[in-house]
Amino acid sequence: MSTVDQLPTETAGVEEGESMLRRQVREYFRSPLATAATITVATLILMAFFAPLFVPQNPYDLSQLDIMDGLLPPGESTYSGRVLWLGSDEQGRDIYSAILFGLRTSLTVGFLATAIACMLGTIIGVISAYVGGWVDSFVMRVVDLQLSLPSILVALVLLAAFGRGIDKVIAALVIVQWAYYARTVRAAALVERGAEYVEAARCLMLSNTQIVFRHVLPNCMPPIIVVATAQIAHAIALEATLSFLGAGVPVTQPSLGMLIASGYNYLLSGQYWISTYPGVVLVITVGAINLMGDRLRDVLNPRLAN
Amino acid sequence: MHAYVIRRLGQSVFVLIAIALLVFVAIYAIGDPVSTLAPQDATTAELEGVRQRLGLDRPIYVQFFLFLSNAAQGDLGRSFVYGEPALKLVLERFPATLELALLAAFLAVTIGVPLGVYAGLRPDSLGGRGIMVGSIFGFSLPSFWQGLMLILIFAIVLRWVPAGGRGDPGMLLGLQSALFSLDGLRHLLLPAVNLSLFKVALLIRVARAATREVALQDYIVFARAKGLSRTRIVWVHILKNIMIPVITVLGLELGSLIAFAIVTETVFAYPGMGKLLIDSISQLDRPVIVAYLMVTVVVFVLINLLADLAYAAIDPRVRLAGGGKSA
Repeated sequence: MSTVDQLPTETAGVEEGESMLRRQVREYFRSPLATAATITVATLILMAFFAPLFVPQNPYDLSQLDIMDGLLPPGESTYSGRVLWLGSDEQGRDIYSAILFGLRTSLTVGFLATAIACMLGTIIGVISAYVGGWVDSFVMRVVDLQLSLPSILVALVLLAAFGRGIDKVIAALVIVQWAYYARTVRAAALVERGAEYVEAARCLMLSNTQIVFRHVLPNCMPPIIVVATAQIAHAIALEATLSFLGAGVPVTQPSLGMLIASGYNYLLSGQYWISTYPGVVLVITVGAINLMGDRLRDVLNPRLAN
Repeated sequence: MHAYVIRRLGQSVFVLIAIALLVFVAIYAIGDPVSTLAPQDATTAELEGVRQRLGLDRPIYVQFFLFLSNAAQGDLGRSFVYGEPALKLVLERFPATLELALLAAFLAVTIGVPLGVYAGLRPDSLGGRGIMVGSIFGFSLPSFWQGLMLILIFAIVLRWVPAGGRGDPGMLLGLQSALFSLDGLRHLLLPAVNLSLFKVALLIRVARAATREVALQDYIVFARAKGLSRTRIVWVHILKNIMIPVITVLGLELGSLIAFAIVTETVFAYPGMGKLLIDSISQLDRPVIVAYLMVTVVVFVLINLLADLAYAAIDPRVRLAGGGKSA
């Protein structure tokens, strides 16, 4: 089968793909808003994953907390003279440090859940499009049913059944999200299946697995990327909401949502900073990812562009 | 038309049974309610007594068929915590949630559609671009945090409206609702704004896309060639035609408004169904959780059906599949 790779159409396709990728990247960064969003997301990811390097204290190491520093407003200094730019919570925890650690949990959950859901949904979608018949109708009925139910409701009921935990939140988010990918991939694969290059690949006696993974799936990538970007933002926001409602991550690994929840009671008595700043970071994260997704959709799918 | 409605209703019953099974199995896995309900120092025999009284000692399939046959008669079991019929508890809270969802939908349409039409007519203007960026942030604001900020600004700092709870209802034409009293509206305003903002962002996008599409149609070009004023073209020809996608989206989203009310009600301590669900989950009150989900699914199914029918009534081009006559 090595000759296949040397066929002119194939090599031309690869070259075309290369130059198209470069053109799309250039097109993407022509938008200042998208560029700013990308830099923001990259910075947040770096700061979250190397959080210990950026923070003055480990917010969950109890030996580093001093109850005397509790509930200090932003700008106040601690007992030991360090300035708390974003204030502290009731246990004397620096909010800025807690935000970076919380962001790490939020991003991990969002990215992992999206990656797993993407793989699962893509496989189910491709199988559904390729096998057709009753398998396809059954999968699509399940997808329709699931997409007709609001994600927050499904995730909440699942977590009520599973209990708390990072793995359980990820599992619930995967169950909520896979249907979006399955539907997107199935639609794209159905179009690609009828394309001439697939027919040509069949004439070359390529196996179904080879056709699907080497030829059909790469051509389904643009819609998958667009859906995945939007879903990462959605997953992060949903995890925060679930944690706020008390059905998300455990208390030992608080995400941004749980930090916001822990400041809820203090907010009502005017100590706004515990809930406000983690929320600002959450909004910037989700908003910047959504802006990236918007730009990706414009660049990758000219038909959907404004 | 009648055949269509009957067939859709038939489908809906199957969906309900499927959901009932899923919900029942999922909820069955939630903790052991006996340990939370019985007193701390209860003996094993006493625990067994509680289990027997609640019917939890029987196999799950027996519990499910009992549940189904009772559900068909409108009995979804008794709340473990309140000792009252679960369905009654949920339905008592339903009007509060419905008021919230309806006011939010109203706000979403009256704010989202005009902004979307403006952005669609002037896509490259500063205002048009600003509206679109604003709508992206509208999508990105997590509803619960946005609610906290609304409370902080309007209830704690400015003290314009109360931070939570439900006001005294008023009467209008024999209907009792918090929508008809000033106190009720004051309590509803902040939660409704909070619930609507996501839908405002969504409707901006829908209305903008529809406006851009409609503005290029031949009948709009013709109307302009005929010398109609811009006002008339926008208010009559464009607005009428973009209502079709707007109503479709709104129909689909009304159900999700009721679901997302869970978050808003929790933030604002608003006594609706959603707050009841969260309380019931933390108290492992299974019958109430199941009753909430069944009521919500029935509402979803009805809303989808009504949206389909309204769609056909508004757009004469739509023929209901298998209905024979057009609506």
